[in-house]
This record gives sequence, structure tokens and C-alpha cells, in this order.
Amino acid sequence: MPILWLILIVFAIAAVGFFLGRSRALHSSGGDSRGLHSLPFYYGANVALKTAVPAFGLMIIWLLVQPLYVNSQVSEMIPDSAVKEGSSRSLVMAEVRRTASGLNNAIAQGHLTEDMVNNARADITDMTQRLKDAGQVVTAEITQPVLRAAQSYRTLTSTGYSIMNVGVILVALLGAGAGWLQTSSEYRARNVVEQGVSVLLFGAASIAILTTIGIVLSLVFNTWEFFKLYPATEFFFGTTWAPSFSGRGGSSSLGIIPLLWGTFYISLVALLVAVPIGLFAAIYLSEYASPRVRSFAKPMLEVLAGIPTIVYGLFALLTVGPLLLGVFGDEGLGWMKAGTAVMTAGLVMGIMLIPFVSSLSDDIINAVPQAMRDGSYGLGATQSETIRQVVLPAALPGIVGAILLAASRAIGETMIVVLGAGAAARLSLNPFEAMTTVTAKIVSQLTGDADFASPEALVAFALGMTLFILTLGLNIFALYIVRKYREQYE
Amino acid sequence: MNDMSRVERQVDTKEIKLECRDCQVYYGDNHAIKDVNVDIEDKTVTAFIGPSGCGKSTFLRCLNRMNDTIDIARVEGSFKLDGEDIYDKRVDPVQLRAKVGMVFQKPNPFPKSIYDNVAYGPRIHGLAKNKAELDEIVEKSLRRGAIWEEVKDRLHAPGTGLSGGQQQRLCIARAVATEPEVLLMDEPCSALDPIATAQVEELIDDLRSRYSVVIVTHSMQQAARVSQKTAFFHLGNLVEFGETGQIFTNPEDPRTESYITGRIG
Repeated sequence: MPILWLILIVFAIAAVGFFLGRSRALHSSGGDSRGLHSLPFYYGANVALKTAVPAFGLMIIWLLVQPLYVNSQVSEMIPDSAVKEGSSRSLVMAEVRRTASGLNNAIAQGHLTEDMVNNARADITDMTQRLKDAGQVVTAEITQPVLRAAQSYRTLTSTGYSIMNVGVILVALLGAGAGWLQTSSEYRARNVVEQGVSVLLFGAASIAILTTIGIVLSLVFNTWEFFKLYPATEFFFGTTWAPSFSGRGGSSSLGIIPLLWGTFYISLVALLVAVPIGLFAAIYLSEYASPRVRSFAKPMLEVLAGIPTIVYGLFALLTVGPLLLGVFGDEGLGWMKAGTAVMTAGLVMGIMLIPFVSSLSDDIINAVPQAMRDGSYGLGATQSETIRQVVLPAALPGIVGAILLAASRAIGETMIVVLGAGAAARLSLNPFEAMTTVTAKIVSQLTGDADFASPEALVAFALGMTLFILTLGLNIFALYIVRKYREQYE
Repeated sequence: MNDMSRVERQVDTKEIKLECRDCQVYYGDNHAIKDVNVDIEDKTVTAFIGPSGCGKSTFLRCLNRMNDTIDIARVEGSFKLDGEDIYDKRVDPVQLRAKVGMVFQKPNPFPKSIYDNVAYGPRIHGLAKNKAELDEIVEKSLRRGAIWEEVKDRLHAPGTGLSGGQQQRLCIARAVATEPEVLLMDEPCSALDPIATAQVEELIDDLRSRYSVVIVTHSMQQAARVSQKTAFFHLGNLVEFGETGQIFTNPEDPRTESYITGRIG
């Protein structure tokens, strides 16, 4: 029975429970809803919640735990002799799983029957051939132990699912029964339902947090693996970035400094573009623009924030790069060799960041109380004196926060760098030279065909971890500043 | 109202500082001020009283053209400061506001130090030739604001860290620092406790020796305590304008009497 059916059945039980609970509550007060503690709806919802929540909880836990259990059971069945030299038990298990799903598909297509599959003395070569005929992916000749394991994998899994189906439906029925029995005019269904809802909301919030923790943990473990293979001091203080994909370990030099420098340099150029333009735009929009201009210009500016970064990347590659090359290249000033350079990526990234800076700063400038401006005008200050000497100083902490948020955005940006700045990791001061950033290198380290256990691939996690800590630090700092600013007027 | 006797003593004719004739103010389609005629005398405290929304604050804001900062506001009529029309095209509202200072309902010190708050106006208008002169102006203004003794040891602490009453006196000192001729106060005590209110009222009485002060207030006791002239506004009209003592003891208009005895407003 597919999971979808199970879900629908639980919902059906919950729906029936809802109406039964509701009518039982009304019945217990003699049909007058005023005699009830809560509205009839809450009694129904109480039964429905008690039906669905434990049932779905059991289902989710079962779906998470069963594969682990089946895997460990089956993997015990494989004798050590079946694990070939240079291979590992997990690779054999992958083959077992592939065979099991191949068998399933073959049965579904009618090439094999249930009996043939479960027959312990099935002919190996025949089975392999039949699987191939059924169009299933079979990497090698299936060996006896693998077939055995696949067979028991299938039976264990399907028994597991059958038990789960029965269990979930049973729990749903029990929950509905319990909720229904509780229902009486005295029962505080409203409080129980509201508590249940708050638990659901808590669950939703914790999923976000747990995911973050999961991401961080996976980064941490892989980084740890990397540092077991590659010395941390060389990673953090090495000044060359030259990964080799042929060799193992020692032949690559994986120093992060050139990448950090590229990241820093490109972000700096981007901020030099974005901060003045964004800030001036914000000042114009919040202080000088008439409501009509504002209602038109602000959304226009925010459209910039909605453009996918790959489009900015194309803009950098096809428009800004050649344009800069025309001015600073060999035909012009002769400082620039190719269209991809720190300057190209930085300028385009700066354009991308303008709406971040302007939109946040605009909100912050608007949050400066009108009383401040009135006070200044009342002393005979002009509008620009008021902005320079009262509004901006009052908004400064918030503006700094906005700039830091934009900076962390710049540090994490990838596509513009890949297309605009080139791929060469270089320590140089010339902004017209190609450089690359941490993010761009993470992409190139993981998109090759490198073995995931090699330092060349694992370095991506160490780079990601470094980047994560950098942007996290910046974000926390920015939030701290923004929060401190908020306290000033409330 | 134990100060009533003192107030009555001060009644004698003085020269007119600000002459307002046939004043009209519109907020969009709303006719907020109708045909108001008021003469603000020099070295006198004039109080504007009336129920909420009667237009007294709006009228006050006409006197230094603060309504210019509101897009939909439109002002008509003649406002003559020392015989010169302040709404004349040649008058720079910024210059005017240096001459007609304003203190607001809620204390609004800038997020700067106490010193910089007071020095703000003189710096903008270039009133001090050097640092020593600026120091002198700041001290003098803080003394006139009756707050010097409390803050002289922490001039460089932020002005926002003072108590409400101190902040309001700081704002008065800040307004005084540009040497205005008229000082407008829009409910200066409404956000203050009774003790701070008493201090500010005392200060207003002192300021009368140098400036012409106009104060908008909701408290009739306050108007009676600090002012020599009182104007009663109702629904955008100036109902009655005269000596404070007369308005509070023997009003001519029945609406004034109803308001001060608590029957309307």
C-alpha cells in the first residue's frame, strides 16, 4: 500500500473523528452549545488532532528508522568474503539496494514473478540476464551473496511497511477513540486544541533550527575529515592555491589566503560602488522625493534585487567586461589583459547590492523620528543641514548594519564571480587582474570528478566552513548594531 | 491660581512684536484656522488655550513657517514680525526660524552630546567666531535654560541620557542659543511630571524679560500661572483674546466661560 493511501486513510479517520467528537459534545449538553465549555468545533478538532498527530508522528519516525534497521540487518548477512579487495561494505550495500530496487521494478513490469524473485535457489546468471532485459541498471554480474541480501532486503522492507501501515492505522483509531471518550461538556477542548496548535507551531520553528544545526554539523564533520588529510596550518596560512586532481594529498597546495584575498578585494570594490550610490539613493528617496516619485522609484530600485545573480553574471561577462577592456585594455590604458577581472565582478556585484543598501537605509532613515527633523528646522537649519547633522548621525548605526548585511551578501556571492572575475587564484593588488573567491572555488572543487574522500574535494567543506563563520560573524555584528540602534527611540 | 495677583500686576501696554491679520490655514480641503487676528506683544507670555484639535498648535506653527514642511498645508493672511511680512517671498524661512525659535511638545534632543545640542544652532548660523565664543554661548544658553548647574560637569555626555524635564530645558536652551526674538512653545510641559513642569514654568517666566514667548497649553492652570495674555481657540476660530486675568475671571464669550469652567473641551 503506497504511503499516500495511508496518509489519506489517517485523514479520513481524523475527519470522521471530528464529526463524531462534535456531535458527542453537542449530545452531552443536550444539543445546546451554550452548555459546553468550548465551542463544538473545538471538540471535533480535539478528536481530529489526537487522531492525526500521533499517527503521523509514528509514520515519520518509522520511515526514518526502518531503512537504518534494514540496512544494518542486511549488511550483517553479507559475508566478509563477498567484500572484494579495494572495495568496502558500503559499496556492496549500494549494489544490494540497487539490485533490490531492480527486482521490484522487474516484477512491476512483468519480467519476473514474485516467486522467482523470492526463490532462494534462483539461477544467478538467469536473474542477471532477466534484470538486464527488464532495462534495470546492473553494474556487474550479480553474485550469490548479493542476490541473497537483496532478497532479504526486499522482504524486510515490505514486512516493515506492512507493520507500519497496521501500526499507524491502529494508533489513529486509538487516538480517535481516546479523544472521543474524553469528550464531555466539562472537557476543556479549547485549551487542549490551542496547546496542540502551539506545539505544532513550535515544531515548525524547530525544523528550521534543526536544519541549520544539521548543515553546520555536516560542514564540521567534513572539515574535520579534511584536516585529518591536510595540515590546518598550511590551509590557513598557505599563500598558493594549486589543487591537483591526479595525485593524492601532498602534491596539492591548498592555501586559503589567495581566495580570501580575492573575496575581500572583490567585496571591497562592490561595497565601494554600492554604499555611496545606495546611501545617496536612500537619502533622496526618503527626504527629497515627492510621494509620487517615491512610489514609482522605490519599487523600481527593488526590482534590481529580484534579478537572479546569474543574469548579473552574464551582464558582467558580456557587457561590463568588454567595456572595461575597451578602456583599460591593450587598446586603451594597457592595464587589463582580459575581460574577467576583479573590477568587472566588483562593479557588477556593486550594482546588485545597491537595492540592499538603499532599501534598508531608506527604512532606517524613515524610522528617525520626525521630532528630530522638526527640532532642527525649528532652529533654522536647512534641509541638507538637518540630514547631514541630525538625521544621518541618528541613523548611522542602522546604516552600518545595512552595509554589513550587504557585505556578507557580497562575500557569499558566487555566480558573478565565476563569470566575471575568472578562475585564477592570485595574490595581487591590481584590480584589473583576474582573481577568484572562496565560493567560486567551492563550486570548481566539487563539480569535477574528484573522489569525495580526497583532500581536493573535502577542502570545499573547509572553505565553506570558513566562509560560514565569516558571514555569520558579520551578520551577528550587523544585527547587534541594528538592535542597539533600535533601543534608542523606544 | 495663587499667582493670579502677580499676573495682573504685569498688565501694561507693550509694543507689538508679531501682528497677525485674517489668518487662514487649510490642510488639504480642511479649513483648520478661520479669520484669526492676534497681536503678540514683546516681552510678554501669550498663552493659546482651547480643546484638542481647535487649531492652536497649527496657528503656532504658522508663526515660524513650520507648516511649510507639511506638503498639504496652505497658509493665507498677513503675519508681520516687526512690521515685515514673514510670508513675503524675499523672506528665507530658515532665517526666520532662527529669529522665531520653537520648543516642541516632546523633548527632542538630538542624539549628540549636551554641548553639541546647544552649539547646533550657533554653528549653523555662524554665530561664534571661535571655540571660546562658542563655549561662552553654550554656557550662557544653558544658564538661561536653568540647566547649567545640573550639566556643567558632563557637557559631553549624550543629551538623550538626561531626564525628561532636563531634556526639555536642554531643548529650551538650544532654542535660546540662536538668540531668537520670539520663542514658540508647543505644549512644552505635556510630557513632564509636576516637578519638571514647575521648573519649566519658572524658566518661562524668566525668559519673558528678554523674549516674547508664545505657549500652547492644555492646562488652564498653567496658562493662568505663566501668561499675561491668553487666546482661546475653538473649532479653528479665535473666540476671545485678552488679558489673562480677565479671560479667567470675567470672560466675555459664553464659550470661553464654558471651557474654563470645564463644561466643554
